[in-house]
Amino acid sequence: MKMNGARILLESLKREGVDLVFGYPGGTVINIYDELMNVREIRHILPRHEQGGTHAADGYARATGKVGVAIATSGPGATNTVTGIATAYMDSIPMVIISGQVPTPLIGNDAFQEVDMIGITRPITKHSFLVRNPKDIPTIVRKAFYIARSGRPGPVLIDFPKDVQIAQAEFKWPESVDIRGYKPNLGGHPRQVEKAISMMLAARRPVMYVGGGVILANAADELTALARRLQFPVTTTLMGLGSFPENDPLALKMLGMHGAYAANMAMTHSDLIVAVGARFDDRVTGKIATFAPHAKIIHIDVDPTSIRKNVRVDLPIVGDTKDVLAKMLAELDKQAPGIKALLKNLAAWHEDISGWKEKHPISYKQSTSVIKPQYVIQKLRELSNDDAIMATDVGQHQMWAAQFFEFHHARTLLTSGGLGTMGFGLPAAMGAQAAFPKRQVICVCGDGGVQMNIQELATMVQNRLPVKIVILNNNFLGMVRQWQELFFDKRYSQTCMELPIDFVKLAEAYGAKGLRTEKPAEVEQVIKEALAHNGPVVMEFKIAREEKVLPMVPAGASLNEMVLNA
Amino acid sequence: MHHSHTISVLVENEFGVLARVSGLFSGRGFNIDSLTVAPTNEEGLSRVTIVTRGDDNILEQITKQLNKLVDVIKVIDFSDGSAIEREMALIKVTAEDESRAEVLRIVDIFRAKIIDVTPKSYTIEATGAPIKIDAIMELLRPLGLKELVRTGAVAIGRGAKGWKG
Repeated sequence: MKMNGARILLESLKREGVDLVFGYPGGTVINIYDELMNVREIRHILPRHEQGGTHAADGYARATGKVGVAIATSGPGATNTVTGIATAYMDSIPMVIISGQVPTPLIGNDAFQEVDMIGITRPITKHSFLVRNPKDIPTIVRKAFYIARSGRPGPVLIDFPKDVQIAQAEFKWPESVDIRGYKPNLGGHPRQVEKAISMMLAARRPVMYVGGGVILANAADELTALARRLQFPVTTTLMGLGSFPENDPLALKMLGMHGAYAANMAMTHSDLIVAVGARFDDRVTGKIATFAPHAKIIHIDVDPTSIRKNVRVDLPIVGDTKDVLAKMLAELDKQAPGIKALLKNLAAWHEDISGWKEKHPISYKQSTSVIKPQYVIQKLRELSNDDAIMATDVGQHQMWAAQFFEFHHARTLLTSGGLGTMGFGLPAAMGAQAAFPKRQVICVCGDGGVQMNIQELATMVQNRLPVKIVILNNNFLGMVRQWQELFFDKRYSQTCMELPIDFVKLAEAYGAKGLRTEKPAEVEQVIKEALAHNGPVVMEFKIAREEKVLPMVPAGASLNEMVLNA
Repeated sequence: MHHSHTISVLVENEFGVLARVSGLFSGRGFNIDSLTVAPTNEEGLSRVTIVTRGDDNILEQITKQLNKLVDVIKVIDFSDGSAIEREMALIKVTAEDESRAEVLRIVDIFRAKIIDVTPKSYTIEATGAPIKIDAIMELLRPLGLKELVRTGAVAIGRGAKGWKG
């Protein structure tokens, strides 16, 4: 059956199982929007800004593991998605972004709302396609989704000129997809796995260092099983939080710049680091020259470019982390007699770690007069459901959430780890809530970042997405202020948000519920009231203004040179 | 240690593929000493030859990052001596009075060709390994090098095997 290109796109999205898209109409996507009225299977949410829509698609993808889809019109609509695309790219989130484009004959003419979107997004997409012929659309969509979700996932852009949306063609869905230049290496090499297990059984001071790759590959169960069988302590990156239950005695919690003392000490003293789906980012390693000086490193990653990019690696294993960890568990069955000796050998190491945990646990000083942000996070954990999803923005509150909200399950923390995008949290939470209308979705923000996509409150109210938004308000751009305090002699250049915003009124203006307190004694009651409310709520907590995120490894210092109290 | 390295990249002859390859180099701070690209004997396939510099870690990253591009079919990293390299240069040189004979002698020694003549100049076509082009250029420079165009190196593996093995 012949149909127009716009319809072919929507039929192709249906074949890919897409049931929800976030998009914003405009001149060069108007044909898609017209056809959308004929396609009941695809639900569409209209954000108030394309950046919000893109982050929402990202949040949807992070929470579900499915490919998030965003649509924007050409020119400014498309450029508004750029931060969202870069955010997804840095954290390897599967997304397909469809940007309208001016009609093919006008491309390159500086037409109205024309921008070279493929050019602009080249370094922040896994791949991109320009649609030139309507008959190619099904193959392009199929390839785009395949590339987005397979191997190391990432965003893929489809730039779609208006004339191709109008042109007619036969809709023919390709039965399979084969891209000769794209064959991700998913199966870990058995010989490497065997060697890895031998090294692990011989270790005396091992650490599993786990990143977002475990969550992306849905490998949290395998990871947890392996760590428990070997009794290996586990530290996670920010992106890895939730891959291993933080209430497990083996959990070291997060490592790195604002990581736990025990985690950073364990890395520094380790004789074997098993890195799983993590990439030795500078926020994790601190000064590279002194990073883990005694450790052999096993690095498991689906992306070969991650291996030996920042640190030397003794045993690389390229493969999907789920596949490799499953093979490791099977190999462990074969080498099972070695486990008993291993466990005996690890006794001293576990004692060291307990000592570090006791010496400097992640902690803060409670106050009865002013709300401590860490206390709010702890109360959130206590009062929310075990499977609650938390989205964060970027800054101090993000680190407090990472440190004090104990994560138990994969895909329950949605945070911009790589790009560090302020304004991400609120729309990402919206996307997750759209995917899981019944689950608790909490968004923790600062007063700075929340104002970067605050307009999406309207989208939440309109679509009945009952996200619970926590604003830890210190009237500062707190993380930068903290750096200014510690490293710039308290010269608070442009970090004080001098105009206090009435967030309660703001919430009410959008039709959401607003709550506020500045009293520690009222924190619990506010959270309870918010969680019980059947709709979006903004909770504004006026917090201790100059509270710092600690501990801290100053940029460029070694992991064991932590500032514990300042 | 930094050293020069020649990499051949077989790519889909697709819209924007050269930008993907060159953008990768600029975005990640890798060097490009030269880059050439043209279609191959196989429909839809082009071959990019890049001469780059870097230590072993950088070269490993370059190869891996290139392989990661969806439009890249194969990356051939020619380690020392495994390839034959050729480059062509078009050189416009001052040739007046006594220097005309000297230019001709140099052209003869390098088995180059004169492809355009005026009373005041010769234009020379020289082909050879990049170091040979460097050498002829250095000899011609004192005589008055007016303009130089180099193609950048192309390379092909030694022996009977083609790139598919």
